[in-house]
Amino acid sequence: MIFEGSAHTFGRDVDTDVIIPARYLNSSDPAELGAHCMEDIDADFVARVRPGDIIVAAENFGCGSSREHAPLAIKAAGVSCVVAASFARIFYRNAINTGLPIVVCPAAAREARAGDRLRVDVVAGVVTNLTQGTSHQADAFPAFMQELIAQGGLLPYVKARLGAEGAA
Amino acid sequence: MTVPATLAEKIIAAHAGVTSVVPGQIVVALVDVAIAQDGTGPLAIQQLRDLGQVRVKAPTAVFFIDHAAPSPRAELSNAHQLVRRFCDETAATLSDVEMGVCHQRVAESYARPGELIIGADSHTCTAGALGAFATGMGSTDVAIGMAAGQTWLRVPETFRIEVDGRFPDGVGAKDLILTIIGRLGADGATYRALEFGGPAVAALPMHERLTLTNMAVEAGAKTGLVASDEVTRAFLAAQGREADWRALAPDPGAAYERSLSFIADELVPVLAAPHTVDNVHPVAELAGTKVDQVLLGTCTNGRLEDLRAAARLLRGRRRAAHTRLIVTPASQAVWRAAADEGLLQELAVAGAVVTNPGCGACVGVHEGILADGEVCVSTANRNFKGRMGNPQGAIYLASPLTAAAAAVAGEIVDPRELLGSGGLSTKGAHHG
Repeated sequence: MIFEGSAHTFGRDVDTDVIIPARYLNSSDPAELGAHCMEDIDADFVARVRPGDIIVAAENFGCGSSREHAPLAIKAAGVSCVVAASFARIFYRNAINTGLPIVVCPAAAREARAGDRLRVDVVAGVVTNLTQGTSHQADAFPAFMQELIAQGGLLPYVKARLGAEGAA
Repeated sequence: MTVPATLAEKIIAAHAGVTSVVPGQIVVALVDVAIAQDGTGPLAIQQLRDLGQVRVKAPTAVFFIDHAAPSPRAELSNAHQLVRRFCDETAATLSDVEMGVCHQRVAESYARPGELIIGADSHTCTAGALGAFATGMGSTDVAIGMAAGQTWLRVPETFRIEVDGRFPDGVGAKDLILTIIGRLGADGATYRALEFGGPAVAALPMHERLTLTNMAVEAGAKTGLVASDEVTRAFLAAQGREADWRALAPDPGAAYERSLSFIADELVPVLAAPHTVDNVHPVAELAGTKVDQVLLGTCTNGRLEDLRAAARLLRGRRRAAHTRLIVTPASQAVWRAAADEGLLQELAVAGAVVTNPGCGACVGVHEGILADGEVCVSTANRNFKGRMGNPQGAIYLASPLTAAAAAVAGEIVDPRELLGSGGLSTKGAHHG
């Protein structure tokens, strides 16, 4: 899993209420959610973002509500992955469960400027800033989560296990 | 010999079928209670249908229609219909529009000490006040927890929050938890369990303990817990559930990653200023800020004792002409008890609009959306930008007393100035 795109930078404590405000939660339709992604913190975000672009943020990205609509909205907006100094824990689980690649890399998050070209190798955990010519090693996922990611999220993982049980 | 364990470690080990666990370990644990609400529930149901699974294995599975109840829009009505149909088809229980906020309802009717509770709502940690391990997750996690009766967990490190001394008049659990979050920061306890204890916590009645654990997630924590003791037993007995009680305490010598100490006597009324919960200031620093709306309610402070505290401050007074006062009891049980005591009448006389129980204005869907540039003092747990339906609004979080005082003065004011010398106290409200 290698992604390349322009960086869209945000500060610390980007909460799920700004990622996707509750007033749009009447829909679980990803396209509808994606159309309002980040609207309260960056009104032009959806218009500016290009498919494959990368969100870069400081500490505690995704804090607040447990709404899984938040990673769904980010994916639907066309974002390929999120690089942050740290993630709030419910968002972290939700991103893995819904197949939104996330990378914990404080050094890369600190350094990136809006518009920088980034290349992120999620499996190797390497974030390369092509504009600045730098490269940083990200935190590794625990083995259990690597398995979840390899299966494509929690639902496919459980489906595979239910299938195995059924066959046994 | 067993290893001394924190409350979180004890409960997780018991549900993972092992004698002990260590922080960082990943376990698969049995789920006792799994909940979702009308915001997250439809997605959970969609995931279960995707899985071809309409069976519910978790012993207790409940869907609460509380976030937009009754429905203000057709799309939400359809989401509610989806939830009702699923509950009809499966063993899941429905808590419909009249019943109130999931977290208050879980405390009243479902949570037991020592249980493992997961919920598709970040404030599921509230039930930790009863000595349960209760944590918020996303829709997919909860859907699978419901269907499989199991979930995976990383055993969290525990922070011990030790509180000594006695709370001064006019200062309570809300001021304590905001002070704690101000010190820890919004991500200061990410992935951790917060274990609240010490003489001042042991002396807190259940409604105040629920306020503490409710906000654990605002420091990033996975859950907040309080030992189960005689206060827990008395609370369960009052719900007609004394048989659900058992004592549960951390072991002496349990290992804590960090210990923080607070002295209750030194606390003052505080507010969390916009737009983060860790932006905490003494009321004195913000006094004079004009207030357009006050919200008294929510899963943080919408309980009977909170309404009593506010009503006492409001007695013989009226809200300021420019300040709306919205009162939303947390549950139907709270609403009915408040009606029986005459509190709803008193609050209405003081100029409040008393709504149906539920999440009310806190989630920004209905019942009190702010206008551009407006300021709200709320007893809720979140002051994020746009939280109350308008990114141009500003939210200050405070205790029920500070909120009631703001309604009377029309601006932020120290509630102790309105309580009078030797007058009302939160202590009185506890036992009143």
